[in-house]
Parts: sequence; structure tokens; C-alpha cells
Amino acid sequence: MFATSDIGGKLWRIGVWAVVGFFLLNLAGIIASVVVDSLGTSWFGTWLPDGFTTHWYSDAWSGFQLGGVLQVTLEVAGAVILGSAILGVPAAYALARREFPGKKLVMLLFVLPLIIPPFTYGIPLASVLYQFGLGGTLTGVILANLMPSVPFVIFILVPFIEQIDPRVEAAARVFGAGTWDLFRRVMVPLLMPGILAALVLVLVRTIGLFELTFLTAGPDNQTLVVALYYSVFAAGIRATQSIDSMAVIYMVTSLICLIVALRFVDPTQIVGRAKKAEAH
Amino acid sequence: MDTIPLIAPATPDRDSLKRRLERAGFDAITLLLLPAVLFVVVLFVYPALYGFWLSLHPMNGGGWLANYIAFFSDPYVYGTIITTLELAVPVTLVNLALSVPIALRVRHMRHQRLLTTLLVIPVTLGTVLTAQGMLNYFGPLGWFNRVLMSLHLIHMPVRLVHNFTGVFLSQIIGGFPFCFMLVLSYVTGIDPSLENAAAMLGARAAQRFRHIILPLLAAGLAITFCLAFVQAFSVFPSAVLVGAPSGPTRVIAIAAFHAAYEEYDYSMGSAIAIIMGFVQIIVVALVMWISSLFYRGPAGGGKG
Amino acid sequence: MTISAKNFRELRLDHMRRDFGGMNALRDITLTIKRGEFIALLGPSGCGKSTALNCLAGLLPLSGGSIWLDDTRIDHLKPEERGFGMVFQNYALFPHMSLRKNIGFGLKMQKRPQAEIDAKVEEALALVRLSKQADKLPGQISGGQQQRVAIARAIVVEPPLVLMDEPLSNLDAKLRLEMRAEIRRIHNMIGCSTIYVTHDQDEALSLADRIVVLRDGQMRQVGTPQELYARPAHADVAEFMGYRNILKAEAETEQNGRLTMRLGGAKLEGFAVEPGHGREVIAALRPEDLTPANDGPIAAAVVSAEYRGRDFYGLARTQEGLDLWFRSELSVQPGEQLRLGAPAERVLVYAGAAA
Repeated sequence: MFATSDIGGKLWRIGVWAVVGFFLLNLAGIIASVVVDSLGTSWFGTWLPDGFTTHWYSDAWSGFQLGGVLQVTLEVAGAVILGSAILGVPAAYALARREFPGKKLVMLLFVLPLIIPPFTYGIPLASVLYQFGLGGTLTGVILANLMPSVPFVIFILVPFIEQIDPRVEAAARVFGAGTWDLFRRVMVPLLMPGILAALVLVLVRTIGLFELTFLTAGPDNQTLVVALYYSVFAAGIRATQSIDSMAVIYMVTSLICLIVALRFVDPTQIVGRAKKAEAH
Repeated sequence: MDTIPLIAPATPDRDSLKRRLERAGFDAITLLLLPAVLFVVVLFVYPALYGFWLSLHPMNGGGWLANYIAFFSDPYVYGTIITTLELAVPVTLVNLALSVPIALRVRHMRHQRLLTTLLVIPVTLGTVLTAQGMLNYFGPLGWFNRVLMSLHLIHMPVRLVHNFTGVFLSQIIGGFPFCFMLVLSYVTGIDPSLENAAAMLGARAAQRFRHIILPLLAAGLAITFCLAFVQAFSVFPSAVLVGAPSGPTRVIAIAAFHAAYEEYDYSMGSAIAIIMGFVQIIVVALVMWISSLFYRGPAGGGKG
Repeated sequence: MTISAKNFRELRLDHMRRDFGGMNALRDITLTIKRGEFIALLGPSGCGKSTALNCLAGLLPLSGGSIWLDDTRIDHLKPEERGFGMVFQNYALFPHMSLRKNIGFGLKMQKRPQAEIDAKVEEALALVRLSKQADKLPGQISGGQQQRVAIARAIVVEPPLVLMDEPLSNLDAKLRLEMRAEIRRIHNMIGCSTIYVTHDQDEALSLADRIVVLRDGQMRQVGTPQELYARPAHADVAEFMGYRNILKAEAETEQNGRLTMRLGGAKLEGFAVEPGHGREVIAALRPEDLTPANDGPIAAAVVSAEYRGRDFYGLARTQEGLDLWFRSELSVQPGEQLRLGAPAERVLVYAGAAA
């Protein structure tokens, strides 16, 4: 940034970028080794596998009942998206537009599930779900995943709604729009970009959320990431390549969602928003 | 209303209550909050309280504190707190220490978004996939060891998985991007003209960092530490998959899981979960208290 | 102990250049600034004036040329090694330090003894009249006070040169006038050189010993406020200096610099400023110099007029559709037909577009 830099400054800069480079290189290595292994015939003690094949994918598909797992994952994700939209969007609107006593308390209520790691409250949550006979059911898995998603949607949407000029709503009222009309014809179209962004991020999170599904799912309603965990956990029962091909399927699914998400939102912004929200 | 009622409304109390509520901010729109609040109360607050209640009703009888007494009398169990702290504190510190200088450089970069996108990938992939990749990549026959051996830096493969190092590395791979993004957002919140002003007054890079950047960043770093720490403290999948879950990386989450799902003692499992949350709260409170000794306020240089 | 600028003779900019991604943000800036001089860098936004200041400060590297303080070349030095003072547009006060600490920061970095720091800070606080607020944080004082702290912080290290980047642009009109006087007073008192960036010609005219007009990264004119006001060297400088009527005309005869021009159907007389103009010329004149007169050469109809306290300022349009800004001591009404004229010595003639 400044006019000149001495050797110390240059070395420091090189050092910083070397750390970043080393990190990214190893990250690439980790991902590439999974992909390469999933395509290899057999790989043991050499730089690359002996040959390449795609049969591990068909193996994984039948061996892990991946079709069923994917179906559960999509069902859970879809239900969570729908649920968090229905519960989260109106709540975010209310929080963005109204001041009322106890607002800070409500904010705290919504922020806690986001900053407390799932494993900390997962076991009590699972015991409650089992208490009501929902443990191990698809409904239970959906409810568990919905839990952190609702506050997540709220905290993404509140700043988004706040930046929409409230006079737009006032104008609509002047032209005779009722509350429902206002919401449907004015607010929803204005909010659509924010809602979409929030929901795509919910999709990414739900696909990646391990702990809550792990603690609440039964054998028939595991999502992809939990199925992957069990197959890695029970390594040795199946060929590594088979596990890796499943990992690749998981990776591709979540990367597609991530790319879609990044088209809508800037990750640093989300963090910044969440940070602001916590400051309330 | 096109007529003015000459007689007072028939239900003055109800009407005035509604109006009073509206004046306080509780109108129809505020009520839109209700479903979400109920949902979080039912699925977060209630379970937390229920878990607490459950933990005080031990499955195998004994007093209401029996679970906690059992926890703190078995070194194999209460040792998990130490193990987890030994893992989570250094991991969080390393992640923070890496994040700050990198964020300070990256804020001047034009293609920030490319880097942040690359760094979101491990967050998206999650710990389970990272663990599986690490088993391949850092394994004794993996690329990492092969490269080091062919560079003659080592003669025998280094053990990087199925031990403490494995969990440590996986926590850095998963935790660093999270830390970095948070720190970057705090760093970009500092008005760059403050650093320029310090430079114009003769402060060298190290002095600018110590006198300007660090005090302004302190509150943000404390929050980042807390958020990253609670994540690291509740580590589970990587401690099982790339660690040594019965020994050196038997973290508290494993103990909780073991009690609840392998011994079917939800009461004990909840007790451990509550202890876990309690330790997190203590550390967070401690860090926030330390950071409160520093300046807290806007990091802008303009009108405050 | 008093705050006074370090001794030096002059600061020299020698063909200073700065490129931004292939664009010349700053071209060929050559200027000598004497000790104690107050220089204003004046120009519209995007003219490169802030770039020039940042290059001087060392916050931006030069792409070419050099900067000399007496016989020492300083353009390769880092900002912290140059020892200049700078007042930022947003003040850039350290929000976590009291005013006292803000002002003392530079001295602390120089590792001066604490007793000296305390004495100098006290003096600087008195100089900007903020002794009572010394222990407040910047967030707790008003914009004008923050501005004064920023100045005190810059001068307390006794820099040979103080750089000011539009320091008054965040203040309201009344405060701006007060601070203008304050800045000039402090400058005279400590005897440093000041380079002051602004887009406000009034500020530049009232503060500076010399004004440098920048446009598109080039120096267009350097001169005293009087020179710039009375005889801008180029049509664009004239326009910037308040010559609101910039009229295309055709030169007819010229004698000793006195020119007769054809402006549509009218004849206008003026003096050539730029030598070597062709037939196409530009006549520049201030609204206050164009007034109704019975023998005025230009016939126009009033379009609008506004009362400015002592006189009226208005817009009139000729039959050819040419718009003219004029001043009138008497009330004029829209639609009224007028004859307008200006003294020849107030009509400045520049080379036209083709030149």
C-alpha cells in the first residue's frame, strides 16, 4: 500500500502468502485424494492408482442404498427450507420493522441456537424428540434440522428488510392495500432476493449439518453426511474407494449448492451481518 | 371511521388494552414473531430445561446430583474436559494467530472474493468429508508423506492421523476459514485512514499494529475467539474419525455421546452435555471479561 | 518550548507522475514550495489533487519523477520516515485514545521524554483551544472540535510540511468559515508550509498564498489568488474560477491584444489571454461583469431572475438561443427585453476548440 517497502516487509508479505498457499495446497490435496481414490482401481503405496474406473460409483449406489439416502436428504432439505421460510420470514419482518419491549430478549433467544454448537444441545433435543416418539423418524430429523435454520434465516433477512424503505409499505397502504395484499404483492417481491439467498444457504447448511441429524436419525432416515460418517467410521467393512465415491457424491452435492449460494450472497457479508446481529 | 361515536365504546377495557399494546409496539405485525418464538422455545429452550431436569434424575437412582458426582469422580470421564481444552484452546489460538496477519493483507487485495470463496469450501464440505480426505492425504501412504519423503525431509512417514495431531489439523482446516472470515470482516471495519494517520505520525508497521489495529480489533478478536472456541470445544466427528477416540482425543462430546447412545443413559448424557455447555460459558465469560478491559466502540475515524 | 516548524528552505516536486492501471492519474507535476508558504491544490473531483497529496505523503508510490526536501530526495521514504503532518478528510482520529493521547501519539512514536510530550501536547491543546476537553474520546466531541484535534495532532510534531486533504468538507457552512480562519492563524503561528487540497475555490482564494489548479491530473495554472481570479490562463480554469459565461465566438480584428469578436448577431470586445488563438475563440466573463446597458451590444430576453440581497442575478437568452448569466442592480422580470454589455477588460478571450 505504501510507497516503498523494506526487506522485512517483503519477507513478511511472502511469509503470509506462503501460509495461505500452503493451506490451500493441502486443502486441494485432501479433496483431490478423495476424488482420485474414488476413480482408482487399486491404490496402495504409489503416487497414483494403478488404473481408473467408475465402478465404485455404481457399487456405492447399490451398496449404500444411496438412492434412498439422497431421497431422504432432499426430503429433509426441502422440508427445512419450507419450514424455515414459513417461520423465519414473518419473524424477520416483525423484528426489522417493530420496536417493542423485550426485543433484545427475543434476539438473544434467536442468537443462542446459532452460536451454541449443535452437539451441546443436540443430546437434550434428541431426548425430547424421543420423549414425544419422534426420535429416529423423518419428522424428528426435519424438526432437529429446522431448529438452527429458523434463527439463521431470521438473521440473514433482518438487515435485508431493514434496508427496504418503510415508505414503500406506507405508500401501498395509502393505495388501499390490506396487510395480506401488502405482504403478498409488495413485500414478497421486494424480499425475494434476500429470501432466496437465505434459503439457498439453509440448503447448504442442512446438507452439511452433521451433529443434529446424527443424534436424531434412525437407520432409515440418515442424510448423506450421516451415512458418510457411518461408512468412514466402519472403515474396513467396505473398500476405501467405495467410501470415497460416496464422499465425492456428497461433495458434489454440497458444492453445487455452494456455488448457487455464492451467486446470491457474499460470504463475508453474511458473517458481517451475523456479527452485527449478535451485537444487538 | 366516518362517524364519531357519541357514546363510549361498549368494551372500553379491551379496546384500551389493545391500544395500549399497540402503543408499546405489540401490533399485528409484531405477532408475526410468535410462531418462530414458540418454535425456538419448544425445540431449544424446553429441551435445554428438560435436559437439565433429566440430568438431575439419574437413571440408576442415587441423589439428584448422582450424575455430576459420577462424572467428576471418574478421571477417564472428567479427563475429557482437560483433553478437550487441550485441543480447543490451542486450535483456536492458532486459527486466530493465522487469521489476523492474513486478513490484514487480504483487505488490500482486489480479488478478495476468490480467496474467500476458496476458503468457504472446507466449511461447506464439513468435518466428515475433511476427515475422510485427511485419512487419504495425511495417511502414512498419502501424498503429504510421499512428498516429504521424496524431498528427503523425512525418512519414515509421519503419523498425522488417528492421533491428537489428526484432530488438531482437521480443526484447523475446518476452523481457520471460519476465523479468517470473521476477522476479515472486523479488520475491514477499521478505517484504513487511521493506519495512514499513524504512519504519517511516524509509527512503523509494528507500532501501527500494536497501538492502532490491535486495540481496535480486540473486541472483535474476543468474539471470534469465543465463537471458534465453542465450535472446537464440541468437536465430535473428526475426534472419532481422524483421532484416537478411546484415548488421546477422547473429547467431552464423545463421552456425552457414549453415555446417551451407547449406554442409553440419556440422563447422564444430558448431564455431560450441560457440563460441556457450562465449561463453554465459563471460557466465553472469561474472554469477554478480559476484552472488556480494552476499548469498545466504533472503529471508524470519523464522527463517532 | 514552542511549536515551530523544522527549518528547511524548500520542497521540490520534479516531474511527479502517478499511473493507475495504465491511466495517468497525475502527469508531470513540477512545483517548488517555499518554507512558510500556503499552497492550495484546487480542482474538481477526480482531477488528481488527492492523489498528488497522497504521493507527497508517501501513502501512494510515484510512477515517475522525484520529490526533494532541500537536497534530500524523499520519494523513496515511507510515510513514517518523511516526518510530514497530515490532516485527513475524515480526521482519522484514533477512536480508542483520548484527545491528549491522539495529539501526543506522534511525539510518543519519536520516543521523546514524557515531560516534553506533556508540555507540547498542552501547548497544542491550547493552540486549538481544547484544553478542557483533553481527556475525552474523539467520539464525545463535535465535528469542529475533532477537526481541531486533527490539526493539533499534525502540527505538534513540528513537521516542515502539513498536508490537508479537504479538511473542511465535513463541516457545516458556518463552522467552515470559522475553521478557515483558524487554519490560517495556526499556519502563520508555527511557520510550516501547508499544502491544502480543496475543490472549493472560495476556500482556496481566501487561504492560499498560491493556488495550483489541477485538471485531469495536470497542472493547468499556478498563481496567486489575485492572478487566478483576474486572469485565468485557460478557459477551463476560468470556468472553474466562476466565469460562468463561456461563449463560443468568432475573432474579427485584433489590436494590442484587444479583440473584436462576433457573437451570433452581436459584436463583443475583449482581451486575449491565450496567445496563438485562431478564428474560433472562447470568451469568458463573470455574471457580475455582464450588466444591462442601453448601448450594450447583446440583445436578450430575461428567462429568470433571482434576488441576491443587493442585486439581481439572472439568466437571459439571445435570439440565437445563447444563454447568458448576468447581474442587474434593478429588478428584471422574465420576458423583459434587455441589452447587455461588459467592459472589454473583463472579457477574457481564449483559443477556441480547434486550437
